[in-house]
Amino acid sequence: MQTFSHVLDLAVGAPGQPREEDVLAALAPRFTLGAASRSRTVRRTWLDTFDWRLHRAGLTLEYLTGPRPAQLVLATASGDRLSQAAGRLTWPVLAPDLPPGPVTAVVGPVIGIRALLAVARATSAVQDLRVLNADTKTIAWIRADRTTVSHPAEALLPPRLQVTPVRGYQTQAQRIGELLAEAAGLNGDLGRPLDAALAAAGQRAEAYSNKINVRLSPDMTARAALRAVLLQLLDTLEANVPGTLRDIDTEFLHDLRVAVRRTRSALKLAGDVLPASVAARFRPEFKWLGDLTTPTRDLDVYLLNYDEMADALVSATPAELEPFHAHLARRRVIEQRVLARGLRSARFSRLTGEWRSILTGLSVPRTGERTAELAARRLRRAHRRVLRQGRAISADSPAEQLHDLRKRCKELRYLLEIFASVFDPQAYQRALKDLKGLQDCLGEFQDHQVQQEELREFAAQMMADREMPATALLAMGELAGGIGRAQRRARDEFAERFGEFASPASDQRFQDLIESAGR
Amino acid sequence: MKILATYNIKGGVGKTATAVNLSYLAAQDGLRVLLWDLDPQAAASYLFRIRPRVKGGGKALIKGSREIDDSIKGTDFADLDLLPADFTYRNLDLVLGATKKPTRRIARLLAPLSGEYDVIFLDCPPGISLLSESVLQAADSLLIPLIPTVLSLRTLDQLTDFISSFDGQRPQVLAFFSMIDRRKTLHREIAERLPTERDDVAAAAIPSLSQIERMSVERAPVAAFAPNSRAAQAYQALWAEVRSRML
Repeated sequence: MQTFSHVLDLAVGAPGQPREEDVLAALAPRFTLGAASRSRTVRRTWLDTFDWRLHRAGLTLEYLTGPRPAQLVLATASGDRLSQAAGRLTWPVLAPDLPPGPVTAVVGPVIGIRALLAVARATSAVQDLRVLNADTKTIAWIRADRTTVSHPAEALLPPRLQVTPVRGYQTQAQRIGELLAEAAGLNGDLGRPLDAALAAAGQRAEAYSNKINVRLSPDMTARAALRAVLLQLLDTLEANVPGTLRDIDTEFLHDLRVAVRRTRSALKLAGDVLPASVAARFRPEFKWLGDLTTPTRDLDVYLLNYDEMADALVSATPAELEPFHAHLARRRVIEQRVLARGLRSARFSRLTGEWRSILTGLSVPRTGERTAELAARRLRRAHRRVLRQGRAISADSPAEQLHDLRKRCKELRYLLEIFASVFDPQAYQRALKDLKGLQDCLGEFQDHQVQQEELREFAAQMMADREMPATALLAMGELAGGIGRAQRRARDEFAERFGEFASPASDQRFQDLIESAGR
Repeated sequence: MKILATYNIKGGVGKTATAVNLSYLAAQDGLRVLLWDLDPQAAASYLFRIRPRVKGGGKALIKGSREIDDSIKGTDFADLDLLPADFTYRNLDLVLGATKKPTRRIARLLAPLSGEYDVIFLDCPPGISLLSESVLQAADSLLIPLIPTVLSLRTLDQLTDFISSFDGQRPQVLAFFSMIDRRKTLHREIAERLPTERDDVAAAAIPSLSQIERMSVERAPVAAFAPNSRAAQAYQALWAEVRSRML
């Protein structure tokens, strides 16, 4: 492990700025430069997840190959660097497939279940210069780095000079940094090399987010607002198609599904502000798309929770459950193929193509209902519906009734998210928190309900396929018992959770939220 | 982490040249190395062009009132750091004498560095003192340069006897011939015979060579400024033997 900080990082020789030689000449007479090392070529690959988890956390991860052994280098926001030998790696890669080391230890928890992708690539010609004191002792290194970006687009970066102190000579290195910065005529923060590489290639980090972040103005017509939201949802949907087809990590499909569900809810709850027939025509198509993605996602959920489920077995051993894992993995291969066929089908490309052209070509009248009014009206209705359906649920109500309530809660949630920008942010957060508590409980209940049904189906199938040893059947039985108990707990909790949501205090928070629309 | 000390009661036998070259070769081998120049004459610090100064002097270091970390300097070579000498080291015996368990002191000071370095070389001043006793207690291995004379062999035996009187952990001892003058029959005889007779005398040996003396002009390890010289090859052979026997 190695940690060190640069004391200075500056760009030289860009148009209108002093040249590298002139900047370095400023070190005399107090310091001299030793002979420069031979220039070596380093290939740099910057890595991040599709949703930029490292960048958002202030981290920059690079994979360096060249004359020296390959390594992973992680830079933190404060400029500290960690490095780790990496061997040969290819992208995408998931955290468990990274070699162990100090970089992996930091990166792993940040990226979670998302894969690392190559977000930019470049080739750097690197030369190291020794800075010497009066004893001709090396007290700092200046690294001159000339970088050519090759991905996401070709671009040339201005040369960079980085000063790194030799241990025990920080004060002198600081002085060297000051002399160079003065001569270069700038002291500004250059930002991360990754950002410079992306900017030179005409791109930026964190361009993707799975959140709805359209800024709506309250005075926009409702149709204009809905169009903006639907277009962003379509962008998100389409952005996740390649990663889903390549099966890079499970979050691509998850984000794609969320975009589809949000689109469906928007059409259902506010589709009437679009011209007649648009919602009627597209709602069945988006339902088809949602259904297409369900089997693979359900298997993903099983597989993501598998280790935890296996570890929780008391009577059976994880090894006895193994045939179930093999069955899930085989089924997933098949379902992924069905999903990919659907996403490559003419029906899918017609759906997204026509949807985009309808949305972009939509006439947006100058007058009509304001976004804020629509948001308030629909939110009031959705909130009332949740309360009504929830109150009708008693201890004996069947599971379907809770399932229906969960759907209403989701609709309310999506309405909140779609129109988030027209509400008061604090009122929004407070109301959201109330809703989340209820949603978590209903989600828990319903997920376990689905898992129970699926588990029975899996077991029947495994029996039919003669791939079920008696020990595996017993282990799955124990699994079913565990799921049943967890579902029971969620069911017992429901009355209390709903009581909180329906309380006068929570109700007041929703009224405050609705009244804040457009103010 | 292994602690290796170059030590001899006599001065001018090649302790510093050995510590400087072996620490350089160890770092070249990919080990993370620290060399502590314990000799107030500061020859090792001079050879690495590092000013012999430690903040707060030897007293602050030994008493632990200053972090040892703050005084470490990087050399011009990767993976090789130096803890410089300081003129106040001449009083280390007095400082040690005022601490509890003085002979365990050096070992305790170095223990926190174990995550950071693979090898620590201690370049000791000549003589037998409380400091050398503390070094002998801290070291895993002792490297003893010997000039091939009968008297220096007697000294080696005295030292071995002294170490065998220690309680608990005792350092492994490896003597090697240093400053061999090929023109002297006695030097040749002893240097050839002893390694075959005694287990604690290395086969590798360092001849008296002008390149080694040039180190003080070049201010660098001979293995760095003249890597193909006979002197560098001799140190390389010694390092190979030390590495296989002691690390």
